[in-house]
Amino acid sequence: MSRGRLAFWWLLVLPLALLALWGLFEDAVLFLKTFLNGLTLASLYFIVASGFTLVFGLMRNVNLAHGSLFLVGAYVGWIVGDQTGSWLLAVLAGFIASALLGVVIQVVVFRRMQGEDLRQTLVTIGLSIVLADLMLWYFGGEIYTFDPPAWIYGTMSLPIIEKFPTYRIVVLFISIVIGLLLWGLLNGTRIGMMIRAGVDDRGMLSASGVNVQRIFALTFALGAGLAGLAGVVGGTALSISPGEDTRYLLASLVVVIVGGMGSVPGAAIGALLIGLAEQFGQAYAPTYSVVFTFVIMIIALAFRPRGVLGKAT
Amino acid sequence: MSAAQWRRAMNTQSPGVKVSVSPSVQSTPVARTAGYSAPTYQGTGWWSRLWAPIHLRHWIVMAMVLLYPAVASPFFTYQIGAQSLALGLIALSLTFLGGYGGMVSMSQMTVAGMSSYLIAIFGTSSMQAISLGWPWWLAVIFAVLISMVFATLIGWLSIRTEGIHTIMITLAIGVAFFYLTQQNYVLFNGFQGFSKISAPTIGDVDFTDPVAFYFLALACALAGYGAIQYIVRAPFGLALQGIRDNPRRMNSLGFNVTAHRLAAHAFAGLLASVGGILLVWYNNRISPGSINTGALINILVIAVLGGMKHPLGAFIGAITFVLLQNFAIDLVDRQRFNLVIGGVFLLIVFFSPDGLLGLWHKFRSRWLGFAPVSATSSRQP
Repeated sequence: MSRGRLAFWWLLVLPLALLALWGLFEDAVLFLKTFLNGLTLASLYFIVASGFTLVFGLMRNVNLAHGSLFLVGAYVGWIVGDQTGSWLLAVLAGFIASALLGVVIQVVVFRRMQGEDLRQTLVTIGLSIVLADLMLWYFGGEIYTFDPPAWIYGTMSLPIIEKFPTYRIVVLFISIVIGLLLWGLLNGTRIGMMIRAGVDDRGMLSASGVNVQRIFALTFALGAGLAGLAGVVGGTALSISPGEDTRYLLASLVVVIVGGMGSVPGAAIGALLIGLAEQFGQAYAPTYSVVFTFVIMIIALAFRPRGVLGKAT
Repeated sequence: MSAAQWRRAMNTQSPGVKVSVSPSVQSTPVARTAGYSAPTYQGTGWWSRLWAPIHLRHWIVMAMVLLYPAVASPFFTYQIGAQSLALGLIALSLTFLGGYGGMVSMSQMTVAGMSSYLIAIFGTSSMQAISLGWPWWLAVIFAVLISMVFATLIGWLSIRTEGIHTIMITLAIGVAFFYLTQQNYVLFNGFQGFSKISAPTIGDVDFTDPVAFYFLALACALAGYGAIQYIVRAPFGLALQGIRDNPRRMNSLGFNVTAHRLAAHAFAGLLASVGGILLVWYNNRISPGSINTGALINILVIAVLGGMKHPLGAFIGAITFVLLQNFAIDLVDRQRFNLVIGGVFLLIVFFSPDGLLGLWHKFRSRWLGFAPVSATSSRQP
């Protein structure tokens, strides 16, 4: 790291650290609570965006229907949860439903239009319009909430902050587990090896005898499934209603733009930045919270057009 | 060759990409990019050259749009005609950026919304506390100028990226601006926005009158259409199309790629801001709802529906969109408009990537025996 780059990072980190110290001394409870809430939001964003970035990294497909997959998973999960009364089954159902829909989209849309970036984007935009309206038709505009099982419901006591919803800690935990599992899958298994090879050089992977289409479908299912899982997990933390699809789509876009396209650790960094910025913005400067997100995006773009961990292609 | 270069080569030359241009044509960008009509005008003076590309069909369309208010009811003149022209002008700015510049920007509606807001802030509206009450011409000049600067800034951010990244960044910018207007009460009056913004009375002409407003919108739309038709044949437009097709080659030929792209964003910003002013005068109000994600996507839908290869597509798309918006509810439930427009959009993108104009050209070459239109260029640079 050059001296200039180092100075730049200090310029960025030092004021933030000072602000954090000020916040800590001013009102420690508020500060820590906001911090934890930011982490929870970041976990949700990470789960949604990791699927998005995985799909993009391997196939160069920008799936703008990713937000719809999130909502589909959430609604299906809600139905299953309502019927069976089991939250874990709901999470599983959300994952499977979105994964199946993702495979269908991959086979019907993306496989037919390989290499036509713009057309893929347009089709997925059209799909998201249609899916959003179909879901609005069937489920109406009401707000749906999930009932998590008793052992993760309620509050837990933490030092300094007296009470904090247990479930939010669970979300953080889930996302860390998912992150570790993804890391293990990508770095420790044969399929992960193929996916990484595909990210680096699709043509060569195909030439060495791997059925690339199967890898594509699998990755797409995984990415879409993660969106659906996030739908149920996020729907439990917050709620599910029409319009959440664009919100999470936008969040994953910004996270991935900041973190770097196609990089799972990048998605983690981006999610952390955006989630914390959003929560701290809402707590300390409610009117301009969205501006913080935007400023982060501009800084990232201005200095690293490919994102923090993006590879220069 | 590094892995990254190899991947790029694989991406641009994969069989999925339509590269139907033969190498000989590719080496002469002028002949190829001129597009739909033959570019060789034999006229000697600039006057004859100006009129040479105008054919009989142009006169027919011109007569039709001029006579339209005489035969149509005020509802059709205002709600269908004027709204289509205003929306078409905004979509035209996207067609210019996307079709000729290869940069699909989702934030054109944001630029239009910016100029709408500025008209409300500088001019008169129901919000006495915010509106400055300037005369309309001053408000218009400042709205257009500031919106162009805004569009150029968006361009400056988005041209650092390519292709698909551009769409995502401009979408993110557009949605961020939507949230800003929704949360900011000092300048944008938050959720409610501004109302009672009416078109001015100039001399004896009251532009709140449907027919007068229709002609105002028509004049702006024709000016925008004419400007684009001129620019895409001018050296700047040809260089821009060259950059769309191969930025690296144009760069090595000595063209300043960044400057051309920025200028394209500025010009598209001009079109979009004029469209935005028309739209705010048409609606008499501006609120965050007019520039939300749905509105951003609608502009893209309009441009793609008509076809991004020709400036006419924007207006054809706008008319189709407005007609669907007004009459689809007679066929289906009022609430299901998004389903209809989304479905139509999907069908078009699936079966005719060049939109309704593309369908028409296919139809013409197959059934009416016209020679097929000049080679389609690859969609991505």
